[in-house]
Amino acid sequence: MDKKRYIIVFFITLGIFSVAFWVSNFFSDQKIEQIKTIQDKISIDILSSETQFSLLQELSCKDVSNTALSNELGTLAEKIEYSEKNIGSSEEISDLKKFYSLLQIKDYLLMKKITERCKMDSVFVLYFYTTESNCGECTKQGYVLTALREKYPEFRVYSFDYNIDLSAVKTLISIYDVEDTKLPAMVINGKLVTGFKNVEEVEKMLPALKDLLPEEEVSESNPSKSIKPVKE
Amino acid sequence: MESFSTSINYIFAFLSVYIQVFLLYTFLERRKDIVVRKDDEKLVLPSYPTVTIVVPCYNEENTISRTVESLLSLEYPKDKLKIILVDDGSKDGTWELIKTFSINPQIEIYKKENGGKHTAMNLALEKTDSMFVGGLDADSFVHPQALVRIIQMFDDEEIMAVSPSIIVHEPKNIIQKAQKAEYDMSVYNKKMFGFLGAIHVTPGPFSIFRKKVFDDLGPYRKAHNTEDQEIALRMQEAGYRIDHCPDAYVHTVSPHTVAKLYRQRLRWIYGFIKNAFDYRRLIFRKKYGPVGTFTIPSGMVSIISILFISVIILYNFITYLVDKIIEIRTIGFNTTFDGLHFDFFYFNTKAIIFVTIVLYGMVMIALLLGRRMAEGKYRISMDMLYFVFVYSLIAPFWLLKAIWNAIWSKETSWTLERRVENKP
Repeated sequence: MDKKRYIIVFFITLGIFSVAFWVSNFFSDQKIEQIKTIQDKISIDILSSETQFSLLQELSCKDVSNTALSNELGTLAEKIEYSEKNIGSSEEISDLKKFYSLLQIKDYLLMKKITERCKMDSVFVLYFYTTESNCGECTKQGYVLTALREKYPEFRVYSFDYNIDLSAVKTLISIYDVEDTKLPAMVINGKLVTGFKNVEEVEKMLPALKDLLPEEEVSESNPSKSIKPVKE
Repeated sequence: MESFSTSINYIFAFLSVYIQVFLLYTFLERRKDIVVRKDDEKLVLPSYPTVTIVVPCYNEENTISRTVESLLSLEYPKDKLKIILVDDGSKDGTWELIKTFSINPQIEIYKKENGGKHTAMNLALEKTDSMFVGGLDADSFVHPQALVRIIQMFDDEEIMAVSPSIIVHEPKNIIQKAQKAEYDMSVYNKKMFGFLGAIHVTPGPFSIFRKKVFDDLGPYRKAHNTEDQEIALRMQEAGYRIDHCPDAYVHTVSPHTVAKLYRQRLRWIYGFIKNAFDYRRLIFRKKYGPVGTFTIPSGMVSIISILFISVIILYNFITYLVDKIIEIRTIGFNTTFDGLHFDFFYFNTKAIIFVTIVLYGMVMIALLLGRRMAEGKYRISMDMLYFVFVYSLIAPFWLLKAIWNAIWSKETSWTLERRVENKP
C-alpha cells in the first residue's frame, strides 16, 4: 500500500476537521453577537432609565417605580458564564464580561439612587466571588443567590469576579474593603458580609425581599398582605 | 487539566475519523470489485479441490446437529468435502450425539482430552491432506453456497486464506440486535481490510486456508485463546495474503445476555492486545504491510479512544453528581420548574461535537454499506440505535477489564466461555 493513500486520507481528515472548526467558530461568533446585542439593549435601557430618572427627579416616586430597569441582566450573566465555559476564555469573552460588570455597576448606582430618593428598602446585593482559587463556598453561595432570584424575580444580584481586571470593580472592592481571603462576600444594605450565608440568613438580612414575592404566592401564604414595591 | 484532556480528545477524534475515511476511501476506490451474488444464484466451478472442515466441539449437544446439517447441505461435491468433528473433552452428551454422524462417509469423528480449541483444530489438521482446510464453530451454520464462493476466490494463486461474512442468526433481544448491526458493519470493514491486505483475524467460523499455510507456518497456537487472530498475524508476517468473501455467509448464534457478550469480548480484546504485543515487531514496519501500519495501530487507537471517552464521560457525570449534591444540600430540592425553554444559545457548538457527528455518520454509513453486502439492500433499522447504545454502555467495561487482564496476563478461557455459553 502506497504512502499516497495515507497522505490523501490525512488531508481529507484535516479538511473535515477544518470544516468542523469553521462551523464551530461560526456559531461561537453568532453567540458572541447575541451577547453583544443583549448588552447594547441593556446599555440603552440603563441610559433610558437614568435619563428618565433625571427628568423625573422632582416628581413623585410613583412614576419612577414604573421605569423598567433592565431585566435581562440575569440572562446576560448566564450566557456569559456559559460562553466562558464552552466557547473558551477568549479576549472577546473577557471583554464582554468586563462590559457586563460595568453595566451591573451602572444599574446598581441607578438602583441605589432610586432607593435613596424614594426611600425604598434595598432589594439588591453586591456579590463578590472568585473563579481562580477553588472556592467551594462561592459555588454554594451562587446556588443560594440563584435560588433567591428564582423565588423573588425582582431581587437583583450584582455579581463580580474578584479577579477581573477592571478598575471600576477594583474601586468597588476597595470601597467595601473586600478581601480575597474572605470570599464569598456580599454587600447588603451597604454592609459587607463575608463567608457563606444560606437562604434564610440572606432573607433575614433583606426583610424587603418578602415584599417582592409575586402576588399569587403572597396571597397564598398570607392573603392579608399586599404588595408595596415603592414607599412614598 | 481540561485543556490537556481536550487536546487528547481531539487527537483521538482525529485518528478515529482518519480510520473511517481510510476505509471509505478504499470503498470508493474499489467498490466495483465487490461481488455480492443473489441468494439463489448458483456458482459452478470448473473443478472442485478437496476441502476439510473441522468442527471443534466442547459441550455443544444443543447446537452441533444443526451445524453438521448445514455443512452437509453445502453445494459442493460430497467426495471433495470432508467434515471432521472433534470432541474436545465435552462433559455433556456431545460425544454420544456426534457418534451418530459417523455412519456418514463424509464425516470423521475424534475424541480427545480437553485442551482448548487450538488443540482440537490441530488434531484434525494432522488427519487431513486436503488442499484446503477450515473450521466452523459448533454454534454457527453456513449458507449452501458459502464454500464454493470462497473456493472461487482461491483462483488467485496469491490468496492463502479467505474469511467469510458472519451474520447474527435470528437476533431476538436488544443485545443480539445490537450485535447484528455490529456484525453487518464488520462485513464492510472486513472487505475493506481485505482489499488493503490488512486482515488481522481469520475468524473461527468458516475461514478457509490453503493447507500449505499450516504445512509452512506450523499448526494453530494457543495464542491467548484467540488462535484465529494469531494465525492471521503469522500469515501476514510471512507475507501470505488473506482476503474476504462478502457473500460467503455464515450464520452464528450470538451471545444473548450482557454477561455472555462481556465474556466473549473480553476474550477477543484480551487476545487482540496480547497478540498485538507478541507481534509488535510488525507495527509500523513497511515490509509487513498495512496490518502493521494500519490494522494494529487502528485497533489500539479504537481501544484507547473508547476508554478515554468513557473516562471523560464518567468524570463529567461524577462532577455533575457532586455539584448536584452540593446544590441540594445548600438550597434543598428546587421545585421550581419553568418549563422547557428552547434557546439555541445553549446548544453545545464546540468543534468536537461536529467531529463526533461526522464520526457517527461515517460509522452509520459503514453499517449501511455492510448491510448492503450482507442483505443486498440498504436498510435502516432500530438495530443501529441499539448498537450505539449497547456498545457505548458496555464496551468500556470489557475494554478496561481486558487491558487489566493483559497487564497481569490473566487469560479468559475458551472452554469456560463455551461452558457459560451452552448452559441451558
